[in-house]
Amino acid sequence: MSTAVEDTHHDTHHDHKPYGIGRWLFTTNHKDIGSMYLWLSFTMFLVGGAMAMVIRAELFQPGLQLIEPQFFNQMTTVHGLVMIFGAVMPAFTGLANWMIPMMIGAPDMALPRMNNWSFWILPFAFLILLGSLFMEGGGPAFGWTAYAPLSTTYSSDSTALFVFSVHIMGISSIMGAINVIVTIMNMRAPGMSYMKMPLFAWTWFITAFLLIAVMPVLAGAVTMLLTDKYFGTSFFDAAGGGDPVMYQHIFWFFGHPEVYIMILPSFGIISAIIPAFARKPLFGYASMVYATAAIALLSFLVWAHHMFTTGMPVFAELFFMYCTMLIAVPTGVKIFNWVATMWRGSMTFETPMLFALAFVILFTIGGFSGLMLAIIPADFQYHDTYFVVAHFHYVLVTGAIFSIMAAAYYWLPKWTGHMYDSTLAKTHFWTSLISVNVLFFPMHFAGLAGMPRRIPDYATQFADINQIASIGGFAFGLSQLIFLWVVIKCVKGGEKAAAKPWDGAEGLEWTVPSPAPYHTFEKPPKVE
Amino acid sequence: MKMKPLWVLLTLTSLPAAAQSRLNMTQGVTEISNQVYDLHMIIFYICCVIGVIVFGLMFISIIRHRKSKNPNPANFHENVKVEIAWTIVPLLILAGMAVPATTTLIAMEDTSDADVTVQVTGSQWKWHYKYFENDVEYYSRLATQREQINNKFEKEENYLLEVDRPLVIPTDKKVRFLVTSDDVIHSWWVPDFAIKKDANPGFINEIWTKVDEPGIYRGQCAELCGKDHGFMPIVVIAKEPAEYQKWITEKEAEQQAAQEREQELLAMEMSKDELMDLGEKVYNSTCAACHQANGQGVNGVFPALAGSGVAADSEAQHEHIDIVVNGVTGTAMQAFGSQLSMRELAAVITYERNAWGNDTGDLIQAADINEVMNQ
Repeated sequence: MSTAVEDTHHDTHHDHKPYGIGRWLFTTNHKDIGSMYLWLSFTMFLVGGAMAMVIRAELFQPGLQLIEPQFFNQMTTVHGLVMIFGAVMPAFTGLANWMIPMMIGAPDMALPRMNNWSFWILPFAFLILLGSLFMEGGGPAFGWTAYAPLSTTYSSDSTALFVFSVHIMGISSIMGAINVIVTIMNMRAPGMSYMKMPLFAWTWFITAFLLIAVMPVLAGAVTMLLTDKYFGTSFFDAAGGGDPVMYQHIFWFFGHPEVYIMILPSFGIISAIIPAFARKPLFGYASMVYATAAIALLSFLVWAHHMFTTGMPVFAELFFMYCTMLIAVPTGVKIFNWVATMWRGSMTFETPMLFALAFVILFTIGGFSGLMLAIIPADFQYHDTYFVVAHFHYVLVTGAIFSIMAAAYYWLPKWTGHMYDSTLAKTHFWTSLISVNVLFFPMHFAGLAGMPRRIPDYATQFADINQIASIGGFAFGLSQLIFLWVVIKCVKGGEKAAAKPWDGAEGLEWTVPSPAPYHTFEKPPKVE
Repeated sequence: MKMKPLWVLLTLTSLPAAAQSRLNMTQGVTEISNQVYDLHMIIFYICCVIGVIVFGLMFISIIRHRKSKNPNPANFHENVKVEIAWTIVPLLILAGMAVPATTTLIAMEDTSDADVTVQVTGSQWKWHYKYFENDVEYYSRLATQREQINNKFEKEENYLLEVDRPLVIPTDKKVRFLVTSDDVIHSWWVPDFAIKKDANPGFINEIWTKVDEPGIYRGQCAELCGKDHGFMPIVVIAKEPAEYQKWITEKEAEQQAAQEREQELLAMEMSKDELMDLGEKVYNSTCAACHQANGQGVNGVFPALAGSGVAADSEAQHEHIDIVVNGVTGTAMQAFGSQLSMRELAAVITYERNAWGNDTGDLIQAADINEVMNQ
């Protein structure tokens, strides 16, 4: 303990932090860039959340009350884009920036200037996207999937801004991914072999390859939308020899791996937190790595399960159904491994662990509905209904976002040097857990009973379900303000955090003092 | 602990079908839809059983293996046998599930030997039905009043699920649908038949159904297709074959008579009042969704007709007729020549040229429309 205190003193003495706005604009420090990513992500989470509130307010009762259908469509579209590209992906990149160098014993990311650039183009991408909402004719209103020809011939001129903002987000993601790969391949501390890396580094390593493989595909797809709309091409127009369904194939060839891009790093986070609070090593480390790789490979073979109703040959349908069902196997392995890790452990339930446990249960529920969606004949009934909305919000909100919350609570002491207010944090957890289920669970029923998604008004039989979901939605939205409060309070002060505040935690990041000094591992640590 | 979800499940499944369909998938009225319902319930039960086991173990662990009860953790972290088992067992369950799913899917995709064929064409925001065996075709639009949607009137029973002219099909016959679109992608979905198929512009998809029970079945467009995606329902009436035959013969005669009457009308002149009255009705049901009831359009998306453009320009009479009849390629403006009668076209164009402060004073007659159509 005393050595840790001495270390802090020693390190802060030599911490040369630049001051003022210049520090943030020109920084090449992985911790600064990580923090900026995380703040951007949280800002976008609130912006996208505000749009969700507008949607839930309009759907509170049948009939049109607050907004016009065209604006409703803009809200669903931009909500999706902001949450995926603005909230979830930057949060993971922020966590990667902060944690991967510290986890593998590297002094910084391998390409620090590119790191600065990949963050600083992002705010502009979102300014363009959000700015398009104020254009004549409104923002993009064709769903985040932007199916042609609704997004070409039948869209307003904000489509061009949508395309450019997606390009910028894609460039940023690719640069971030290159940085993660180069860092992990070249900058591991001596003795840190691949199979000794923490799973968060592993899952991010695999995610980064997915990003490099598919972001260019998305860029290509939206560029084709742009040329179809403005330059007279006919990629997706049957009148010129194109095919609107081809857009969907290209889009989902990006879109399905994208789903895993947003969940693989979560698996890494959960695989760090559960062993820490069960005080027992992760069960099946090697099988976790193989399962992640298997999921990543399979993710390239299942894209058409988003398109079962588009009219494919029956053999293609069967192929995609079998591959989709197959993904349940490695995903199941992960869930079983986590439960086996808890088994006969010595568990305590601090906030990160609470979020991790909620993740395991609720992500599994999202996985179950995913398995149901794979069964094509039943999918014909589920497709494009609220059942699908429930499914992917379980996977993305109680999956990806809950894991990000878990990560934030787990590493906040390391980032800020203070313990967070645990009563407030637990309040945040319990209000979020209850409200998120009130919000999304009833949507399963609405979908099964026949309510299509993306409609601003609905038949009266769905009124009760929607009212319940809306109440849950408002409560969930408000609960996130508690999180903001906890984080600000923790940044400003609080009980001093030890270098390793969780007694069961493992990894190099806990060998440096809290808060982590501006520069860590300038001399590589030795890993046994 | 383990009994509770099972008990809930049993209660759920023992509820009468009507109450159940408010929370669960409908069993529907065809052999296929029943098979689909069964598949849905089987996979649901499989998930429930796995869920009870996994979450059960997890909760046991949370209760028993907490620090206060179990201060010294075990240290095992590998077991090859267990890991192989929990890879193989799910694989077998999935293989077992794939068999019935494959059989049903192959049956669903077999559209051969149909007795009746109907072409279903989606367009923003209505459905068009065309019978292949008889000379019958018509558009089917939302019938719910705007006032109900805007909360001025009380919402009625089939709010948003009612149309002016439902599709009529015979029971006990294999009916094939050829699904396509005139503009963006739509999706034709009737839950009671367990069929949902995308309507892709420029391509034709096939589906089929064989309905056991006469009745009225309701569905909705399932693919986001623009502003009024939520307002293009589907209503199908299934009639006994004899009754269906009677209906289709009458409909055929009625449509033929209407065509003949249309020819006669070419020679007749309608008065301004007649044109404006009919024109307003047609405008509100056909044009107002985009150009708005006050003719102001939607800024940047749908052009205004009031006070500007061809409708307000007394020189542009011919161009105006041409746009309404033939549409504008590359925009959302459809060709209404095939959707409305010449009388309706004449009336609606007259209305547009003389409403909301437009004062061209032009009266358009069916003969003027006919002239443009024959060019």
